[in-house]
Amino acid sequence: MANNIFVIAEHLKGKVDDVTYEMLGKAKELAAGGQVVAVLLGSGAKGLAADFAADKVLYVDSPELAEYNPEAYGKTIASLVSAHAPKAVLVAYTSQGVDIAAGICVDCDMPLVAYATGISGNHVTSQLYGGKMNVESAVDGDRFVAAVIPGSFPAAAGKGGGAAVEDAPAPDLSGLKVKFKKLIEPAGGDVDITQSPILVSVGRGIQSEDNLPVVQALADKLGGALSSSRPIVDAKWLPKTRQVGKSGLKVKPKLYIAVGISGAPEHIEGMKDAECIIAINTDPKAPIFSYAHYGVTEDLFDVVPALVDKL
Amino acid sequence: MNIIVPIKQVPDLVEELEIDSSGKDLDREWLKYKVNEFDDHALEEALLLKEAHGGAVIAIALDGDDIDKALYAAAAKGADRVVKVTGNYAGISNRAAAKVLAGVIGGMNPGLVLTGVQSVEDRDGQIAVLLAHYLGLPHVSVVTGVEVSGGNVTVHKEYGGGMVAEFEASMPVVLGVQAARETPRYVPVARVRQAMKSTELEEIAGGDPGVSSGSSISRMFKPETGGGAEMISGSAADVAAKLAEIIKSKM
Repeated sequence: MANNIFVIAEHLKGKVDDVTYEMLGKAKELAAGGQVVAVLLGSGAKGLAADFAADKVLYVDSPELAEYNPEAYGKTIASLVSAHAPKAVLVAYTSQGVDIAAGICVDCDMPLVAYATGISGNHVTSQLYGGKMNVESAVDGDRFVAAVIPGSFPAAAGKGGGAAVEDAPAPDLSGLKVKFKKLIEPAGGDVDITQSPILVSVGRGIQSEDNLPVVQALADKLGGALSSSRPIVDAKWLPKTRQVGKSGLKVKPKLYIAVGISGAPEHIEGMKDAECIIAINTDPKAPIFSYAHYGVTEDLFDVVPALVDKL
Repeated sequence: MNIIVPIKQVPDLVEELEIDSSGKDLDREWLKYKVNEFDDHALEEALLLKEAHGGAVIAIALDGDDIDKALYAAAAKGADRVVKVTGNYAGISNRAAAKVLAGVIGGMNPGLVLTGVQSVEDRDGQIAVLLAHYLGLPHVSVVTGVEVSGGNVTVHKEYGGGMVAEFEASMPVVLGVQAARETPRYVPVARVRQAMKSTELEEIAGGDPGVSSGSSISRMFKPETGGGAEMISGSAADVAAKLAEIIKSKM
């Protein structure tokens, strides 16, 4: 199994996350004579592997794996990696993957490179410092775990099907200390920002809750909705339903105006597919300008009211 | 119940980041540091739990530049004990840091270990999960709410799309905190100065990690901005007029 690449599949509510296909496509490139092995855990979830472009799927079925559980999934994956000794393991840098990747690193003594956006041979590129720097790591030896940022590779290359699905045994999962209780759906009743063709999105640059009317006025004028980056929601200035990004919502509006948002990778993940992105931020080095189509570095408190007047 | 909160300093991204002459690290000479924002959330959650259920909050950090100030700030916010793990840990990897911290925290009778879910410098993985594995304790990451009841905690873990999973875990447990239930409290500099006089900064000698990241940085480079934004400059009125034109053409 020396050249095999493991891809840890991720799914929630019966749907495979796109990042799984993104990693499968990349794994095909890395396998070089070895096999691409998708690792799928669940209960009655074998069918989720139908579209995996892999040489093989290792499927572990257990009632303890019906819902994601950091402890049960961590133990099962570590036992598979130990038993099969793949060259590399690709895990998504997602809420689930962040639990899993570091566990494989310690339990199987494999170097971990996080925030990965590029992999070539045993070199892994990470996006560090909020997207302001890229760092290329050379792994000692050949074996490694990479925690891959979603959206880094095309998903199409990882879709196919026809992989042989092999049942693999679950380790002893009795006496788990972490128990899954329930999934809590996002609160309804608010504007659905994923449905709005125009979003005015506000970040830390707005400085204070009292300044929100400045950006709300622009959203109103455009007939769009007001959304935000994470710090605004953490500060409770806007409800969770307005958050764009990794742990918020992914949006693809026709027009996305980012106001006072620097563009941390977690935010970019949620909005980079917008048709037209305008960014207003006083820091000319802000990562958001790498993704925006139009950029403005004038003070938002001057530009936004002036823009409302012109529209 | 002891609530242990490992904290660390990271470069303040408000500052301009430059690459040093080796091409492999940040030019750190003039870099400003601040406490990892998620560690601030972990400390806040710890203080909220203490206020509701009692117990002691112990902030802990590996030796490093400016770390005393960060620990005194934690004391000023309400940490009962602040502990510096002494040793030569400059430039240490997260995996090695987790191993050293585990060596100290393991002897502190932890009930809960709360630390930030991630930092901007996590090249070789996130401290919370690494730490949990070295401590041999269960863990949940990306946590946005913690409730303690008896020997158990109920935690909310954030998924994408606003979805949240609820887990119950028996203590001791390590939690990677994404956001505290309240905005992390602010303490004025005067209170930190006061804490510097009234708080004992405990020093515990840390061990030799005996592990490394298992990789080395071959190069650091700024992301390409080519093909990025077309920049629009001028007076606010000029910029607004141009933006209005662009927006109208898209609608």
